[in-house]
Amino acid sequence: MDKPKINLAVYWGAACGGCCVSVLDVHEALFTVVEHANLVFWPIALDFKYSDVEAMPDGFIDVTLFNGAVRNSENEHMAKLLRQKTKVLVAYGSCSHMGGIPGLANFTTKEEIFRRAYFDSESTVNPDKVVPVTEYDMPEGKLTLPKFYNDVRTLNQVVDVDYYLPGCPPQTERLVEVFMAIVTGAQLPPKGSVVGARDKAQCDECKRKKTDNKLIKKFYRPWEIQDDGETCFLEQGVICMGPATRSGCGVRCIEGNAPCRGCYGPSPEAKDPGAKMMSAIATMIDAKEPEEINKIINQIEDPAGTFYRFSLPGSILRRKICK
Amino acid sequence: MDYKPTIIAFLCNWCSYTGADLAGTSRMKYAPNVRSIRVMCSGRVDPTFVLKAFREGADGVLICGCHPGDCHYHEGNYKCLRRYHLLQKYIQQMGIEKNRLRLEWVSASEGKQFAQLINEMTTTVAKLGPCTVKEVMETLT
Repeated sequence: MDKPKINLAVYWGAACGGCCVSVLDVHEALFTVVEHANLVFWPIALDFKYSDVEAMPDGFIDVTLFNGAVRNSENEHMAKLLRQKTKVLVAYGSCSHMGGIPGLANFTTKEEIFRRAYFDSESTVNPDKVVPVTEYDMPEGKLTLPKFYNDVRTLNQVVDVDYYLPGCPPQTERLVEVFMAIVTGAQLPPKGSVVGARDKAQCDECKRKKTDNKLIKKFYRPWEIQDDGETCFLEQGVICMGPATRSGCGVRCIEGNAPCRGCYGPSPEAKDPGAKMMSAIATMIDAKEPEEINKIINQIEDPAGTFYRFSLPGSILRRKICK
Repeated sequence: MDYKPTIIAFLCNWCSYTGADLAGTSRMKYAPNVRSIRVMCSGRVDPTFVLKAFREGADGVLICGCHPGDCHYHEGNYKCLRRYHLLQKYIQQMGIEKNRLRLEWVSASEGKQFAQLINEMTTTVAKLGPCTVKEVMETLT
């Protein structure tokens, strides 16, 4: 069966590289991948240039896996360029899906970041207060740098996204499933769907014991308890994002005795990744008096960071309001 | 510029909505800035509702329920109380002033108290100025 190979591209915006590694993690299945696909652009692995992408006709790329958030004008430019040249654009990984870890910068401002990075950090010596600028004239010509945005954006805040493949990084088995579905021409779900993840929450697949004892009087950090290895984390007072997070990752963190942190994002009906979890956590508090309730809640040092660790830019309050 | 605050109020069917209704049928005058949304129980108020209200332009959000011990569904108002405290912590982290979100217990007979509450909250929110959430969230900088 001589089916033409699909053109596949992988690109990284504001990313850590983990998603690209998750693609490489297909190991020997890489041979299956290249049997079905031409890799036409992949900065971490191949030496194609931006000009190669610009020269492609529109829609030339069948599938682009775009990982990383959009944090500067270069990320935005490439998101728009790849959208133009791609038939199916997949937001691959937490960062492009919901903002990811880079998204936590939405708790601060460009000004504060620059101040910290270029002036105040302990090992920095910068008496002339030099900061990066977008344009600089040199005798040889004009030098340019991308513009650093104040707001970290999710991919769909910049371009139209066809599918979301969540995870930090996505489980490689899910990627292979999605890839093979595309390649074999299987019926794909409607545009805008989350693929490579199930519709049910982590709790559905978690093997830990769940009892009816869901009321707690104290929240603990994972290292503050002697985890018995069997009981639901929440029942032991450790915050686990499982109830508000899609399954599909194989509950690998919990199998490693660490509570889920929510990287697969919210289940289909939850409009906001963290709000549902806040609702669930609050319900578990075993107290009726405001003072006692407050005392227990204050054990959660950082609700915003805990419940929106991977999803701040993609949530209803997508950034902190800074003066 | 004369800014008139918009306050979204989630009122539980059994106590606080009835209390608000009493204020109305008693022809009590109170600030017109509140938009009431009736829910069956204050425990129904999902944090998402509150966040969405701010996101869509509310300057203040009020949640009213039955007094502790009087909830028609026994525990609903306690769940609401717990969610409210966590929500307060969260919205303050996000830069929203704490006085924009308020929880009060209003019983079915407390029409006068409801009217006073609305007047009080309207004054407080007016002093804080318009809430910038909608504007900030809609503008990517």
